[in-house]
Amino acid sequence: MRAAAAVTPRSLVGGPSLTKTGVVLGGGLLLVLLAGTVGLALGSVGVGIGDTVAILGHRLLGVPAQVTWSVPAEQIIMEVRLPRVLTAMLVGGGLAVAGATFQAVLRNPLADPYIIGTASGASLGAITALMLPALLPGLAVGAGSAWLGVGVVQVLAFGGGLGAVLLVSAVARAARGGAVTLLLTGYAVSSVLAACVALLMYFSGNHLGSIFAWLMGALDGAGWRNLGLATPLVSVSLCLLLARWRRLNVLLLGEAQASHLGVDPVRERMLLTGLASLATSAVVAISGTIGFVGLVVPHLLRLATGPDHRLLLPASFLYGAALLALADLGARLAGGIPVGIVTALIGAPFFIWLLVRSRRVPVAES
Amino acid sequence: MTVVGPSVPVGAAQVHAQVAVATRLAFGYALPGGRRREVLRGVDLSTAAGELVALIGTNGSGKTTLLRLLAGTLRPDAGELVLFGREAGSYSRMDLARRVAVLPQSLELPTGFRVGELVTMGRLPHSRSLFGATRDDEEAVERALRDADAGDLASRYAEELSGGERQRVLVAMALAQEPQLLLLDEPTLHLDLAHQLNLLETITRLRGERGIAVIAVLHDLTLAAAAPRVAVLDLGRVVADGPPDEVLTEELVRRVFGVAVEALRDSAGRRRLVPSIRPQDSGVPGAG
Repeated sequence: MRAAAAVTPRSLVGGPSLTKTGVVLGGGLLLVLLAGTVGLALGSVGVGIGDTVAILGHRLLGVPAQVTWSVPAEQIIMEVRLPRVLTAMLVGGGLAVAGATFQAVLRNPLADPYIIGTASGASLGAITALMLPALLPGLAVGAGSAWLGVGVVQVLAFGGGLGAVLLVSAVARAARGGAVTLLLTGYAVSSVLAACVALLMYFSGNHLGSIFAWLMGALDGAGWRNLGLATPLVSVSLCLLLARWRRLNVLLLGEAQASHLGVDPVRERMLLTGLASLATSAVVAISGTIGFVGLVVPHLLRLATGPDHRLLLPASFLYGAALLALADLGARLAGGIPVGIVTALIGAPFFIWLLVRSRRVPVAES
Repeated sequence: MTVVGPSVPVGAAQVHAQVAVATRLAFGYALPGGRRREVLRGVDLSTAAGELVALIGTNGSGKTTLLRLLAGTLRPDAGELVLFGREAGSYSRMDLARRVAVLPQSLELPTGFRVGELVTMGRLPHSRSLFGATRDDEEAVERALRDADAGDLASRYAEELSGGERQRVLVAMALAQEPQLLLLDEPTLHLDLAHQLNLLETITRLRGERGIAVIAVLHDLTLAAAAPRVAVLDLGRVVADGPPDEVLTEELVRRVFGVAVEALRDSAGRRRLVPSIRPQDSGVPGAG
């Protein structure tokens, strides 16, 4: 019987093969560059691809080039579109990685980055900020005011998102439950916060338009300042998540087995949801609640790469980044509609397809 | 970990080194309404390097709970547990996972992973490289697959496996941890006769070669009788512990399991316990 045992190929022991990793990540990088270039060149004012590349090379890399473009074109690229495209990429990539993490930690394919209260908490914070002039007219602060150079909307959205997650975690911990308790607590707390949001919207009067735009997710306010604030928070949490890929994999085996392999499932779940929520709150603060990216991108990639988080997490970042940059381009070309509408229009049909498909064995290849 | 060839005699010190010593171990589960269900009421059990202990007992007698305590995933309410010469509570979970591996009774394997990748997960406590597998990892995984007779399954997906194949993969995952104490909960579950014997052979070899101590929960008394030592758990205590010929008496089986058995001698002269099962009627109404 022992003689029948085949020799194990090295690639299987090590996980995804180098070829697969190269194709997936290389393809993702290419797509990001492509989406970035197209996203910069196209818009209400078209700047040629050649000029776009030349402006970037000249301004970012210091490549000596003969100036063939107009000053407004350079300003549009550098001050408007570049921060906006990079914001879309940070938001899309961050949401996709956070979504992949939540799906693994909660062992639930329907989990997205907002599932344990981030979205409703951030929404309540942002809407409170948007309505501050109406709520506290004597304070003379408005949505446009800034504290220490940071917008009130961004601060309250970030704080609201993180606060909601901390509340959910504390309640779930007090209930001494597992992943399901966390999920149900998240749902309950989200419902309460969503009711508060609805109440504020009901009395919002002429603020309703800006509230609605925020809820659908929009990148109109993207600028270097917000990008600079969110980038460190998102990068640090994503790097820490990526370094924990082995533990994410092991959590898929269930709590008992994870603990036999040396991982404290309760502590690890709190840590991973905390990091993913930090990234989510940071991106939501600068973009509003953009739906479906965090749900759909990890699922799409699992079909291509398999469930190993060593490849799934970095791939999620690249493809999420490219996807949202393209969706934002679509939103701009469609007359500046909120990008959340575009992702929902693409995401919802995909979601239905996923539900139909999940009846089959969810294997990428066989 | 040094691998000692089968021909090299294992040092006497290694054989007698105490791996686990449980003294008056007690544990109960909290129930809703502030009540408790006491499962273990003072278990005394110890095992040394290279030993194999078959743990038997009725359903609900606390065998699985005892394994969880020995693995360090549950903390005892009372009593003392010393693992490898140190109080069990003084180890971090990761430290313990480097020395103790558990084959769980049941485990739902996540879909989409190949068997080789799953067995590699058993290396987590030893992993030293951030993104790759070291040569040690690769060798340990290949050895574990071979020892668990699962080498031919390496490229298969988890969801394509039969019950017996899954069981062999779980054994390989536990072996990939390169434990010094191996806790097996129903290791022969789902295995056909040939693979059951193969697993026992592998366990015997690993005990000899690497001095691994094995505690195996078994339901099949015939298999248990093949172990050099049998411990019987009843009502939360170890009521008998010793060589199978002394422990597995007709009287004990009747008292603990409530089943009448007959001791027969096989052709090799070994004692065999055979449950007295009355031949059943055909089940056709009116036939009896």
